[in-house]
Amino acid sequence: MKKNIAGTEVDVNDEGYLTDMSQWNEAIAAAIAAEEGIGPLTDAHNKVINYLRQQQAAGAALTIRSMGKSGVVTTKELYDLFPGGPLKKSSKIAGIPKPGGCIYTK
Amino acid sequence: MKDHPVKKMSIIVSRGSLDGIYPALIMANGARMEGIEASLFFTFFGLNALANKTLDSLKVSTVGNSALNMAMPMLGLPMTIPFPTVMGAIPGVSAFATHLMNKEMEKLDIPPVREFLELISDSGGKIYACKLAMDMFKLKKEDLMDRVDGVLTVGQFYEESAGEGTHILFT
Repeated sequence: MKKNIAGTEVDVNDEGYLTDMSQWNEAIAAAIAAEEGIGPLTDAHNKVINYLRQQQAAGAALTIRSMGKSGVVTTKELYDLFPGGPLKKSSKIAGIPKPGGCIYTK
Repeated sequence: MKDHPVKKMSIIVSRGSLDGIYPALIMANGARMEGIEASLFFTFFGLNALANKTLDSLKVSTVGNSALNMAMPMLGLPMTIPFPTVMGAIPGVSAFATHLMNKEMEKLDIPPVREFLELISDSGGKIYACKLAMDMFKLKKEDLMDRVDGVLTVGQFYEESAGEGTHILFT
């Protein structure tokens, strides 16, 4: 379905995750973050978001373990930055699909 | 369903085999990833998962495990062929089954027990040991891995688990 986020018409699923990551921009990220009670987005958030988008574009499966080992963020920081669901919320803000498995993003 | 969301999982771990411990770790980590509080309470043989001497070499139980079959220890044979308990008792078989399971876990990016406990601890999950079982096995706090948040009595465990939306799970 279509949704207008931060003035841009984007395709989202019924949970509000973007279905086409190319429609994403920083204003959309900020708007989703605000909706999720996260932020305002800082450089630390953006580092995670950019990493998630890179990995998603590369087709890599992300896990909570691999995030902690990525060098981008520690497990503790990830939980602090995105309280209430580190991978779920960061994925939504990054405009990539919702984590599918028990420990994965896809 | 949404009126009474799960807010906290208090998971009791009473078994000490690799296959007895992983489900609890996965449930606790999964809870934290959903924004649900999690605490793990290790009792009886579950303490093997916290004791520094045992926690890096936990084994899959291959004896008296009637559900074990030729597919389960990842031997690649059909699930319908049972894994004979007598075979499970042969020295080295449990170690081999453990090796195969660890390999599969690694492929799924599921960490080994110590790293998994560290991950859960970093995510804000709590790790407790049962005082009675500690006394019984003659274990001291310093015998346990460094992420253990405390040694609790059953009463303290219930106190720790208090709150609306907490679920207590025995594994």
